[in-house]
Amino acid sequence: MRVVEPVVELARGLWTTLRMMFDKPVTIQYPEQKKPVKARFRGRHVLKRYENGLEKCIGCALCAAACPADAIFVESSENTDEQRYSPGDRYASTYEINMLRCIFCGFCEDACPTEAIVLGDQYELSFTDRRQSIYPKEMLIEPVPADAKPTPQKTEPGKFTRSVPAMKDPQD
Amino acid sequence: MAKMISLTIDGHPITVPEGTLIVNAAKQIGIDIPVFCYHPKMEPVGMCRQCLVEVGRPMIDRVTGQPVMEGDKPKIGFGPKLETACTTPISEGMVVLSQSDKAKASQKEILEFLLTSHPLDCPVCDKGGECPLQNLTMAHASPQSRFLFDEKHHAEKHVPLGDLIWLDRERCIQCARCIRFQDEIAGEPVLAFYQRGRATDIITNSEPGFDSVFSGNTTDICPVGALTTADFRFGARPWEMKAAASICAQCPVGCNVTLNTRREAKSGGKVVIKRVMPRQNEAVNEIWMCDKGRFAYHFTEDANRLAKPLVRKNGKLETASWKDAIEEIGKKVQGNKGEVVVLASGRLSNEDLFNLKQLADGLGGEALLYTHMGGGELTTSFGIPAGTNFSGMGKETTILVVASDLYNEAPLWFLRLKQAAERGATLIIANARETKLERYSKFAVRYSYGDEAETVSGLTKKNKIGEAITAAENLVVLYGSDGLGLDGSAAVAAACAELVKGRLGKPKNGLIGVWPRANDQGAWELGFQPADNLGKLLKGKTVYVVAADPAGDDPKLEAALKGAKFVAVQELFLTETAKLADVVLPAQAYTEREGSFTSGERRVQRFYPALPPRGETRADFAIIAAIAKELGLELEGRSASLVMDKLAASVKTFAGVTYRKLAETNEQWPIVGRGDLYYGGTTYENKQGLGVQLALNAPAPIPSISVEFLRPDEDQWLAVPITRLYDRGITVSTSELLRAHIGEATVLLHPETAKKLGVAAGGQVKVNGFRAEVRLDATVPASVALLPRGLGFPINAPAVAELKKA
Repeated sequence: MRVVEPVVELARGLWTTLRMMFDKPVTIQYPEQKKPVKARFRGRHVLKRYENGLEKCIGCALCAAACPADAIFVESSENTDEQRYSPGDRYASTYEINMLRCIFCGFCEDACPTEAIVLGDQYELSFTDRRQSIYPKEMLIEPVPADAKPTPQKTEPGKFTRSVPAMKDPQD
Repeated sequence: MAKMISLTIDGHPITVPEGTLIVNAAKQIGIDIPVFCYHPKMEPVGMCRQCLVEVGRPMIDRVTGQPVMEGDKPKIGFGPKLETACTTPISEGMVVLSQSDKAKASQKEILEFLLTSHPLDCPVCDKGGECPLQNLTMAHASPQSRFLFDEKHHAEKHVPLGDLIWLDRERCIQCARCIRFQDEIAGEPVLAFYQRGRATDIITNSEPGFDSVFSGNTTDICPVGALTTADFRFGARPWEMKAAASICAQCPVGCNVTLNTRREAKSGGKVVIKRVMPRQNEAVNEIWMCDKGRFAYHFTEDANRLAKPLVRKNGKLETASWKDAIEEIGKKVQGNKGEVVVLASGRLSNEDLFNLKQLADGLGGEALLYTHMGGGELTTSFGIPAGTNFSGMGKETTILVVASDLYNEAPLWFLRLKQAAERGATLIIANARETKLERYSKFAVRYSYGDEAETVSGLTKKNKIGEAITAAENLVVLYGSDGLGLDGSAAVAAACAELVKGRLGKPKNGLIGVWPRANDQGAWELGFQPADNLGKLLKGKTVYVVAADPAGDDPKLEAALKGAKFVAVQELFLTETAKLADVVLPAQAYTEREGSFTSGERRVQRFYPALPPRGETRADFAIIAAIAKELGLELEGRSASLVMDKLAASVKTFAGVTYRKLAETNEQWPIVGRGDLYYGGTTYENKQGLGVQLALNAPAPIPSISVEFLRPDEDQWLAVPITRLYDRGITVSTSELLRAHIGEATVLLHPETAKKLGVAAGGQVKVNGFRAEVRLDATVPASVALLPRGLGFPINAPAVAELKKA
C-alpha cells in the first residue's frame, strides 16, 4: 500500500500535464496580440465631442468633486459665440487627470451631467516620468469628427442659449 | 426686557421674547423651517410661501373668555389653512407643526412650483454647491415633477444690471431679497420688479445701472444663482476654494471678510484670490460689505508687485539680495542716527507700526504718520471705550457726524448710522454741503468751509440741537476730513472732544475718527504723529518711507525727497517714491501674512494669510526687525503674534491683547454660514475672532488750535479737498472692474460758479494748472471748487486756487 499510492498520484498528475499539452492555450502574445476588452471595461478617460465638433464638457468640475482620489483638475472659462468650445455657458479651459492617482472607479462618468467624460478601453498607460502621468485636455479629448470644425468654433448668436445643454435621459 | 412667551414647536417647548417670528424661534432650537424670501436682517414679506407650517392656538371659550380645557391641557385649535412661519409672530400656548404631513406636503409643492421655472443650470451655476434652493430641494422636494419639462419658463440669461452685477432672469425665483436689501438696508432703491406673474423680472431703474456701492451684497443674499458679481462669475466652483479670514484694508471700518482662494492654471498655477465675501461680525459689518472692499483686492496679486529688493548703483535701481539691501541701509543710517525720519501710513498693521516706532525711538529719530487728517491723539483718550458699537445704538443715543461724507469715506458706517437712525437715534450731520446720510438725520447743520471747529463749538448753544447733544444719554461724535486738511481736522477733533469730554469712558460715548486708511487709528494709538511741514522736515534727512507714496501724491514732497540724504522705501509697488529711493524693500501684502488692524472703532482685529508670499517679499515687521538688528537694536521679527505680545506689554491701551484673545468668538444672531444656508445666503460664519476693543488713554489736555481762515478774493476760488470712494490709489486702480468707476480728474462746481467761469458740465477747467473735468452739483457752496483727493491734484487741505476755463 505504501508504495502504490504515491505512484498513482504521480500518474494522475502526469496525465493532467499530458492532457493540457493538447488543450487550447489561454495566453496570448501581448503586445503583438491584444484581447478585446469587455463592454464595461474602465480604462483611460476620453473627453467626448458632439457630432458638430463641439466639446461635450461644460467645465462644471463635478467629476473633480466626485473623484475619490482627487485626480482631476478642471478650470472653466466662458464661451462666446465668437469662440465657442461647448454648447453651454462655459467650457473646460484646463482639464487634467493624474493617471497615477486615478483608481478607475468611474465616478467621474457617473457625475458628468453631459456624458462628456467616458472611461474608454485604453489600458496601456505606462510612462517613464511622473510628470507624464498628468494627462492634459489635448490628450484626453477625442479627435474632431471628419465633417466637423475644430473648436473653438464661430457660432451664430442666439443658437446656444442654454447654460447646460438639454440632455435626454441616458439610455444604457 | 420683553415679555417672554412659551410655545411648542414640533413637540419641543421653547420660551422666547414677545414678537419673535415662528421661523426664528424654531431656528433657536435647531429646527430649520425652509425659507427663501425671509432674511433675518430684513422685514418679512411672506411672498415665497416656502415656510408654510401648521399653527394651532389655545381655543378660548367665547362665553367665559377662558381657555377651553381638554383634560388638564388647553384645547388647541388648528386653522383650516397653513400659515407662513416667517411672518407670524409667536403667541402664548401656540403649537407649531413644521413636520406634519400637511406642512411637509405644502413645502414640497411650493418647491415643485418654484422648479417649474428654474433651469437645471446647477452644474455651471456659480451658486451651485452653496445654493439654498439646491439644499432645500434635496431636503424637502419631490424627486419627480408633475409639470412638463418642455413648458419650462425660459428667459434671458446674461443681463448686466450694472457693470459689477449680472442677472440671470431664468434662475430668479422672485424672492425680492435683492430689491428689499437695496430698499431697506442700503437705502438706495435702484432695483425693482417689472411685469407680473411668470414674466416678473428684476430690473434696475438707476442710470448707470445698479448704482449702489452695496450692490455686491445682493449676490450674497440671493438664494439662487440669479445675481452674480462680474468678478467671480464663472470663476470657480465654491467647494474648490479655500477660505482665509481677513480684514478689509480699504477704510477704517475694518469689515471682517473671507478671502476665497484657488490654485489656477490661468494664472500660471499660482494661488489667487477668487472672491472676497463678508464674514459675520455683528459689531462691525454685520454680514455686509461695500463694493470697494469686495472688488479692490486685486492689488495684492498684481503682476507689477515688487518681488526683490532694489539698491541704487550708479544712479540706477538694481536687483540686490536682502543682505546687501539691509547692509546698505545700515551703512547709511549708522552715521546719521539722530536724523532718521520714519514716514509710515495707516496701511500697515499694528505690529509693523509698533516695530517702526521702536526703531525710530531707538535711533533717536522721528516716527511720522503720513496722512491728511489730524486729531488722532484725542481719539485715543476721548475715543469710544470697549462695549461700543453702532448696532447697540437707538433712541437714547445722539450721533453727531462732522465734516464727513460717510458714504464715500466709510460706506459701512453709513449703513450702520442709517440703521441706528431708523432705530430712533438722533442723527446730526454737520457739513458744508449736503451728504447722502443727511436724508436720515434729524438735524442738518450747514457751515461754510473754514468754520467747522467754530460751528461744532457753537452747536450746544443752538436750542434743539444743543439739547439733543447735551441731554442725550449717549453721545458719539464722528469727524472726518471732508473739506479739511491736517490742521482743520485737528481743530475739529478738539472741538468734538470738548463735546464728549464729560462722558469719558462710558460705553456708547466718545469720539471716532473717520480716517483715510485702515489702520490710522492704530498708528495714533502707537504714538505716531503727522507733520504739517513734511516738505521741510524731509530735506537733508535719512528717510525711511513705509507703505506711503508722498512723491506720487505731491510734487512738493517729491522735491523734498529728492533733497533727502538717503531714502529707503518699503512698498508693494515701485511707486513714484520708490523710484526716488536709494534702497527699495519689497513687502508682503496683508493677504500674504498675519497681522492686525485697529479699526476706527478702536477694535483690534486679526487677519490671516491667504496666499503664499510673492517672490522674496517679507512681512513689514520682519524687515523692520532686520534693519534694527543691523543697527544694533533688538526687535521682535519672528512672528506677528510675538510682536503683538511685546506691543501689549509696552503700550498701555493694548494691555492684555493677545492673538489668542483676538481669535475668540461667541455665538452671533442671526446664525449664518453653516451647513444649512437657509438664512444668510452665502455669508461666512465668524470662527476666527471678533476682535478686542482697546482701553482708553488717560485724558490729555485738549489743545486749542486756530486755523487760518481762507477767504478768497473776488476772482479766486476756494479749492476744497473731498474724499471719493474710488480714487486713483494703487489699491483701487489695479482692479479692472473698478477702473471705470474712478473716472477722470473731476472738479465739482455749483452751476452758478460754472456759469461765471463760462464752462458747462463736462467742460474742462484748469485748477492751479491742473486740468480737470467739470461736474455740476447744486449742493456745492458757491465760489467753491470741490476736488476729490487721489485723482491727480496735489491737494490735501483747503486752499485758494485759480480756476480757469481750459
